[in-house]
Amino acid sequence: MRGVTVGAMRDLSSVVVEDIDWTVAPGEYWVIAGLQGSGKSDFLMMTAGLMPPANGDYRLFGEPMPIFEESRLAERLRLGLVFETGQLFHHLTVWENIALPLRYHQNLSKADAAAEVQPLLKRMDLEAWADSTLGALARSWQKRVGLARALILRPDVLLVDSPLVAMDLRHANWWMDFLDQLSKGHELVGGRTMTLVVTTADLRPWKGEKYRFAALRNKHFAVLGGWSQIETERGELVRELLMTGARGS
Amino acid sequence: MPLPPSITHSLGRKLVRLLLTVQGLGAFALITLGVILTKFRVARHVVWPATFQEIARAGLNLLPMFLFISAALGLLVIGQSVSWLTRVGAINYLGTIMVLVVVRELGPLLTALLVLARIGTANVVELGTARALGEVEALEALAIDPVHYLVVPRVVGMAIGIFALTVYLILGALGSGYLWAYLQNVPLRPGEYFRQLTGALTGLDFALLALKTFAFGFIIAVVTCYHGLAQPLRLEEVSFATVRAGAQSVIACVLIDALFILIYLSV
Repeated sequence: MRGVTVGAMRDLSSVVVEDIDWTVAPGEYWVIAGLQGSGKSDFLMMTAGLMPPANGDYRLFGEPMPIFEESRLAERLRLGLVFETGQLFHHLTVWENIALPLRYHQNLSKADAAAEVQPLLKRMDLEAWADSTLGALARSWQKRVGLARALILRPDVLLVDSPLVAMDLRHANWWMDFLDQLSKGHELVGGRTMTLVVTTADLRPWKGEKYRFAALRNKHFAVLGGWSQIETERGELVRELLMTGARGS
Repeated sequence: MPLPPSITHSLGRKLVRLLLTVQGLGAFALITLGVILTKFRVARHVVWPATFQEIARAGLNLLPMFLFISAALGLLVIGQSVSWLTRVGAINYLGTIMVLVVVRELGPLLTALLVLARIGTANVVELGTARALGEVEALEALAIDPVHYLVVPRVVGMAIGIFALTVYLILGALGSGYLWAYLQNVPLRPGEYFRQLTGALTGLDFALLALKTFAFGFIIAVVTCYHGLAQPLRLEEVSFATVRAGAQSVIACVLIDALFILIYLSV
């Protein structure tokens, strides 16, 4: 992204973040931190190509974004998105939700899609709910369905909006572990390393040198670097995101 | 004497809103037609079953209700017309009246309005709720065309459903009409009744019946899907969108009906 300005999803004329200069290399694992209302979700929606940048140049794999043309669909499908609230299809079962993108883009029958869907169901511990509608699932399990749905097409880049929000410790640990495996290369996506971008309002679970950090505040996007830079800087925003504040660590 | 500014402003705003709505609906209808034609074979294993489901929903599932409606319609027309026709000695026009009233006008319009009430409103609620809950953004994130996946099955399903139900309603009403005439001791043999019907029907009636019912189905589906889907909605706005869609669909159907009357009169 060069000089990119992001508008709000509901009102493109309202600026959320401006003048973003950011490059993501293949295989990197980025954590975009920002307090509530800083525009993390709008930023991720723009990154996913759901809306055009209000300004600037944004390219994904060298292709200008957003991509709407059928001729560039293959590039478009290299990007996966997991919404913060799942945003699953309530008229479909868990199995149908996960299978839909695969069946739609590859024109597969239910029987043909089963070979791809079943391993994902098993890895996400969702087998017992395969034929259930979403009302039967708690929010934390629905989010795993959203993750499976995003992974069914084996994207190269995965965007995850606030994966740990409203998660208990067990689910949070599962997510951290699974995203870690994805970034290193998981058999579910053919063993390829995946480029990950996650958003968060709490930096505490993300301590580690494997992550690269950026922050959103007051309509600005700042690349912070690695964890050691964060520990060194300890500016006001970083303190707030580490939940330390005036009382210290 | 000029109207007070508040009235002119209000009228102007309403007119502009109407024109914008017509523009939006027109664009949505053209987009839907374009998708139907260009993506006919895309994702067949997903879209075609959904289309068959909508045909069943807007057609097959309503058959029991329409059985009752067709019986009632036959009674209504025959019950009202028999005594007057007998008085003026024009009972041999009973078949003609059934064709004019049931086949050309009431049958298609009544079917359209009933399907609007049962299925059209459900369209707005389902799609509006999906919009409000972010499911449309989810489809776009998965590079699935929302018009192709959500609208096309409903448009095709409703067009075919309304056509089929109209034929069913007309046949039922014509049959029950004779039954009610028989019960009222109208001196009319079945053969004579059938001859009157076939004498009043022309080839144009079949062609225009098909066109009219497909047009009703298309416009009701387009209007209801537009109000549910085309604009960002919050959950609390879904009920308003449903009422708006219902009113606009009724107006559109009546306008289409008027257009077909002009065609009948000009031929």
